[in-house]
Amino acid sequence: MSEDIIRAEGLTKVFNSHLTAVDHIDFSVKHGEIFGFLGPNGAGKTTTINMLITVLKPTEGKASVLGLDIAKQNNEVRNVIGVVPQEYTADEDLTGLENILLCADLYGIPRSTAKERAMDLLKLVELTDFKDKRVQTFSGGMRRRLELACGLINRPKVLFLDEPTLGLDVQTRTATWNYIRKMKKEYGMTLFMTTHYLEEADALCDRIAIIDHGKIVVVGSPEELKHSLGGDSITLAIKEDEDVSGLIQKVEHVKKVQKENGGYRIKAEFGEITAPFVIEALRKKGYTVTKLMLTEPTLNEVYLEYTGKSMRDAQESGEAFAAQRMAMRRARQ
Amino acid sequence: MTESNGNSRSKLHGLWALTNRELKKWYKAPVIFILSIIQPIIWMGLLGKAMNISAIFSSGSFGQLLGNLVLTPPLTATQSLQLGVFFQGLQNSIMLNTFNTTDYFSFMAVGMIAFTALFTTAFSGMSVVWDRRLGFLNKALSTPVSRAVIVFSKVLAATLRSMFQAGIIILIAIAFGLQFGASFNPVFVLGVFGIMFLICVGLSSMFIAITIRSTRMETPMAVMNLITLPLMFASNAFFPTSIMPSWLQTVATFNPMTYTTDAVRQLLINETTDFMVVAKDFAYVGIFAVVAATIGIVLSWRFLNK
Repeated sequence: MSEDIIRAEGLTKVFNSHLTAVDHIDFSVKHGEIFGFLGPNGAGKTTTINMLITVLKPTEGKASVLGLDIAKQNNEVRNVIGVVPQEYTADEDLTGLENILLCADLYGIPRSTAKERAMDLLKLVELTDFKDKRVQTFSGGMRRRLELACGLINRPKVLFLDEPTLGLDVQTRTATWNYIRKMKKEYGMTLFMTTHYLEEADALCDRIAIIDHGKIVVVGSPEELKHSLGGDSITLAIKEDEDVSGLIQKVEHVKKVQKENGGYRIKAEFGEITAPFVIEALRKKGYTVTKLMLTEPTLNEVYLEYTGKSMRDAQESGEAFAAQRMAMRRARQ
Repeated sequence: MTESNGNSRSKLHGLWALTNRELKKWYKAPVIFILSIIQPIIWMGLLGKAMNISAIFSSGSFGQLLGNLVLTPPLTATQSLQLGVFFQGLQNSIMLNTFNTTDYFSFMAVGMIAFTALFTTAFSGMSVVWDRRLGFLNKALSTPVSRAVIVFSKVLAATLRSMFQAGIIILIAIAFGLQFGASFNPVFVLGVFGIMFLICVGLSSMFIAITIRSTRMETPMAVMNLITLPLMFASNAFFPTSIMPSWLQTVATFNPMTYTTDAVRQLLINETTDFMVVAKDFAYVGIFAVVAATIGIVLSWRFLNK
């Protein structure tokens, strides 16, 4: 077996022969890692996941999961993967346990094995006390945990999570992350997830691919991606009005200086070492530093750098996005 | 790498699980369950008892006519009695000739069985759209359960529901005074369930085939409204085709509902049961079921897998 658990080569999906949702993407996911697809709404994340879980057929290119071709060996793929969809798919009229057993039946797992596993999983997601309650009465976080449990019933070697914390509040989101980590520890599978929350990608993923307009813009670990931006940011202001950009630029390790909002934004490899040198250089020339702030790069900056738009922008043009999403949805069906 | 859960499972695994999921929504929800039983009672009460067609031809109606008739010499008591018997005979003759039974309620109650099949199965199309919207469909598609099984579970659930309701309707109809035909034999009830099975498989496959690509609730609703009532009234469910205009008769000849109702009438209420006609009805509805189910399964392959 190859080391790559998932491998995509030129994977493409075109809807209705004109709407390109996923545009020739290549990536590979290694054994045991959590790989995240990060991007704004309508970037092609869900389409990619739907191709990998064999619900959609690729228009072009190919992909394999555990060495199995997603187009030619789709039924074999379905056996070894688990899926936690974006939506709450559990049946409201059934109880928690009934829902898990229904999932087990879809995999053809014998009832005795299914019951045993269901009880283990319910314990893992701390729903044992609610197993005989109808899902109708469950909160969002509980429903999400139930979906996680359903996705693990066939002991998958790869688990696909589509926006695992969409629409959850901050506390529930953090709790869900913990359940995901616990699941991974317990069952040791490889995880592929999509998200449009930067903190989520940062907190959970070993490696991230930023996807925008159906194309992968950059791939790397959160650390690598942050590092690729050229290190930390130092924000600094002085009392005097003169432009000291040139002076700061000469300090060792300083990569870039930008004058903004009456201050300076400095990019430096090692912020905590460089900052004192910058202050020293300014003091020597008689300037007074009035403000100094050191920030490590965030994924938000990475995101801005590569997609050229912040999440907020994406929300402001919500209508355009909604229209695009609707078109995508309609085409997908 | 192909070792996995349950090597012994068949191609049909998951069929009962998915069917039972549909059925549980019905029998585990007391309100829906009771409503689904009350509904045919209301319909039968309204259509069967309110539209008392045989009363139209009763001697009471003719009495009016008789009152206007001035006869010299007036009728003797014996003649009056004879005339009464004649009118009773006339009424029965009209009813028998038109409806093949003297009791319109019995005629209509049988039509109601087919009516219920139509309306129950129409919802199977809606449940596909519902599953798609809730994401359950995608979830099921990512499991090794066969695509045909996903569609067929809907068909089976609608069929079982309809057959159960048909049984209830027969019981209620008996309580309301359903008159069995002279040739009726309790074994014939099995035949009724047989033809119900076929028509329900056919109808729900048809509704699913129509709505399988739809993502909005409005589509199956519109389709239901468009199709169900014409299918109902362009058949012999409430009125015999023999007295319909010829164009409507032609439509009714193609309508599988006509054959279903005819078979049930032959088996339950007709004075004589013509088994050749019953066999023909079964053949027609059977072919409809096979064709519709095949189309449904082919479409499920085409559109669920893309």
